[in-house]
Amino acid sequence: MVAKFRGPGMYRAAWGTVLGIVVSYAIIAIFRIWYSLDPVIDAYAVLELSLFLSPIGFLVGLGAFDYWFRWASGRPTVPDDHSGHGAHSWRDYFKVNTDHKVIGIQYVVTSFFFFFVGGLFAMLMRAELAQPGRQFVDANTFNGLFSVHASLLIFLFIIPVFAGLANFVLPLMIGAPDMAFPRLNALSFWMLPLAGIMMLMSFLAPGGSFASGWTAYAPLAVTAPEGQVFFTIGVQFAGASSIATALNFLVTIITMRAPGMSFFRMPLLVWANFSTSLLVVIATPFIAVSQFMVFFDRSLGFNFFEPTRGGDVLMYQHIFWFYSHPAVYIMMLPGFGIISEILAVKSRKPIFGYRMMAFSLLAIVVLGFTVWAHHMFVSGMQDWIRVPMMVTTAIIAVPTGIKIFSWLATLWRGVLHLDTPMLFALGFLTMFTLGGISGVLLAIIPVTIHVSDTYFIVAHIHYVLFGGSLFTIFAGVYYWFPKMTGRMYDERLGKLHFWTTFIFFNATFAPMHLIGIQGMPRRVADYAEQWAGWNLAISIVSFFLGLSALLFAYNMIASWRGGPRAESNPWRAMTLEWLVSSPPPIFNFDAIPTVVGGPYEYGVPGAVHGVLKGAEVPQPAGATASGASRGSSSSSHKDEGG
Amino acid sequence: MSEDSRRNDKIPVVQMLVVGFIASALGIAAGLAIEWFPTAASTQAGPIDHLYDVLIWTSVPVFVLVTTIVMFSVVKFRMRPGEENLDGPPIHGNTRLEVVWTAIPAVVLVVLCSYAWIVLNDIEEAQAGEMRVNVTGQQFAWTFEYPQAGGGAPIKSTQLYLPKDRPVRFFVKAIDVLHDFWVPAFRMKIDAVPGLETKYRVTPNRLGTYPVVCAELCGLGHSVMRATTRVVTPADFDKWIAEQKAPAEAAAGSGAGAEVDGKTLFTDGNGAATACGACHTLADAGTTSETGPDLDKALAGKDAAYVEAGITAPDEEIAPGFQGGIMPKNYGDTLSAEELKALVTYLGEVAGK
Repeated sequence: MVAKFRGPGMYRAAWGTVLGIVVSYAIIAIFRIWYSLDPVIDAYAVLELSLFLSPIGFLVGLGAFDYWFRWASGRPTVPDDHSGHGAHSWRDYFKVNTDHKVIGIQYVVTSFFFFFVGGLFAMLMRAELAQPGRQFVDANTFNGLFSVHASLLIFLFIIPVFAGLANFVLPLMIGAPDMAFPRLNALSFWMLPLAGIMMLMSFLAPGGSFASGWTAYAPLAVTAPEGQVFFTIGVQFAGASSIATALNFLVTIITMRAPGMSFFRMPLLVWANFSTSLLVVIATPFIAVSQFMVFFDRSLGFNFFEPTRGGDVLMYQHIFWFYSHPAVYIMMLPGFGIISEILAVKSRKPIFGYRMMAFSLLAIVVLGFTVWAHHMFVSGMQDWIRVPMMVTTAIIAVPTGIKIFSWLATLWRGVLHLDTPMLFALGFLTMFTLGGISGVLLAIIPVTIHVSDTYFIVAHIHYVLFGGSLFTIFAGVYYWFPKMTGRMYDERLGKLHFWTTFIFFNATFAPMHLIGIQGMPRRVADYAEQWAGWNLAISIVSFFLGLSALLFAYNMIASWRGGPRAESNPWRAMTLEWLVSSPPPIFNFDAIPTVVGGPYEYGVPGAVHGVLKGAEVPQPAGATASGASRGSSSSSHKDEGG
Repeated sequence: MSEDSRRNDKIPVVQMLVVGFIASALGIAAGLAIEWFPTAASTQAGPIDHLYDVLIWTSVPVFVLVTTIVMFSVVKFRMRPGEENLDGPPIHGNTRLEVVWTAIPAVVLVVLCSYAWIVLNDIEEAQAGEMRVNVTGQQFAWTFEYPQAGGGAPIKSTQLYLPKDRPVRFFVKAIDVLHDFWVPAFRMKIDAVPGLETKYRVTPNRLGTYPVVCAELCGLGHSVMRATTRVVTPADFDKWIAEQKAPAEAAAGSGAGAEVDGKTLFTDGNGAATACGACHTLADAGTTSETGPDLDKALAGKDAAYVEAGITAPDEEIAPGFQGGIMPKNYGDTLSAEELKALVTYLGEVAGK
């Protein structure tokens, strides 16, 4: 029993969490006595410090830092015995596991959990909005619901689910045995549920959950009740997780590609995650800063955003959007990668204009940093910046257009396999085009002056993030489901899921364009009588949209438990992850593959992307350090490359 | 079907063009027929609505192009039985095509932006003889202030009165958090920012009553932070200004003034103060809104002092199940002493017993 509490795991994590709270009490008491403050214990101060310290206590307890602590203190490190590699029962998913495939599944399942919670909040909002006036929830709860809905789906679903899919697939795709930093990878994952739980816990805070939107604009967020800090601090953990993963991807992609895999032989999913990771590493610190500034204003009496004390309210928005516009591409580029994989395989044709597809990703990365102020056309910022930002915002549609047209050309004269991943990919093509068009409309300043902060924005963001990102996520999950689980999903249910989602998605969000332009503001629990009819209709179809997600959940769970066994390559795809069994062996490849051609050479007689006859990877016998196995694989990499 | 028969299939490009053309025409017709915008009541609305029509003209064909190609590909190129192991032709790209679909969208977008810039200059252009109105946003009410020529005390109101055809420039401020001053009928909006004075211009050109909306999330009462714009004839406007000046003078004089009816105040407000009935249920006045507490219940058995405190200092005591900070705290200023007394008396009579 004692061993259970001393060794890494959930028990030690539990008392680590409690210890975090105790330490917070102690620190606050010491400082308040020192400053002669009365009373000695300030509950809010303790709470806010605990929100930082108890997650760290949890992570230490869980064992995320054990190896590093030992190394840092100069004690002999315990070589990894690979018992933390692979998953043999569901319990292994609740450990610090350094296997990128286990972490990938941890990520995907966790983020889908938050997807369903966030979706449930959307259902509650639609119930309230079914009629004008107040029925189900009060104004504070409503504001909390849409704030938590957006925060969960952005920070705990779309961003991490892409990281999860890539975590599983990307090392396999480039022929690597794992990510470059497996322990950092495990730590990145475990910060995520903590951020999500923190955001959900805000509903228990006095004054209710954070209710200033996912944008958390100052000064509202500074003066809001205590629930706000659950967002302010939760975002720090989600952001740190995101940054660490992005660094991991960058190093993995740059240094661990199989011999022969030049940058222009990389699958576009790898290119997409390379671009996304650049965005994350550069942009995410900005949202961390914006939230720290809010935190300092709230808790320590700073005046970053207090105009009467020299603060500047607009500064918040500039810093926030300098992250949050690139964040839109963080939530879209990995999806572009998924779509490129699926369209090539399911059309049985090479991707049209591969190099332009790669360059357009990089163009979006660069341009993505030059458009943030289009979120601020009516914010009262200086007038002159608007027109340049309008032009850059419109121009970013050019690289996006290149991608759309190249995908269409990829379809052209192909042999289209219209199964579930392909249907979602095609649904994405059309729906994302609509979202892109309304995006160009929103670049046009005179139109934006009228429609900003209306339901038109709600419609646009959902066409981009639901019709865009979520469709690519569904496509990707169906596409790699056989590889991840070793089982096939139910194709009929999958198609039913697509059609119900596609129809009810449009029925829910298309009318929002109209009521927005007509003048219905967003983020309101109550609205004028004239929109009662539309809102009732939207609410009813949105419930069906919610039900369609249950089809997906059922299909995934039932197929994972008892679906037919999957072959190693059910789609006849060329990329490397399909060369190994489904699910892949613990160390991915018996031999590091050698890449001999492009990733999408469908229809080219005799073309191959990679072959499995590189150097033998020494299989760790029992207790070989994973560092050693990495070292040998990278040295074999060098041999091959030379 | 074999690979050869596939290759010999004619690709129906002409058919696609015809379908695409018809679909675009129908889409544009529908897009132009839909009543997207609310009633236009300013000279700024015209160019904006027209710009939107131009955007419909350009966007619909783009969407139709993508959808048509997807649908034709699905019909024409889908895998048929016996083609399970067939691959498509290995086309890797076409530089000329790629240049075309990079250049054309870029040109179209630059042209659209140029047009938008012209419209922007147009709607923001300074006009001769502009009237100044100061707009102040606070949780959760709007105050409009009309500076008077000759240095008289500015007239304050919670309802916006504007004369038709006279250019007006709003100077917008916020007291507490961000708000956004928006009259959808005018098409223009701007954030009210603490510590900053923001501005925009409109020229109302249609008589009528239009909602004023707070468009920036400002807290609990955001969805009830509404007011009314009345665009009236210049003569009516002058009359209204004169009336607004009168009560102050009357109060300074005899103190008698016109008789103030508490019930009317409750249901209609006074032009400066928002009507109580907009948020509160009161059986006698026939109001049913549930934004604030039901006064028939909340005031039952309470004395006049309690009622008065509830109006002038609404956050002192909050009815169970409701939250503080929603009801505007400015009723002490926007109601005259007589009006406050009349309202307290009325509420005491119908609900306080």
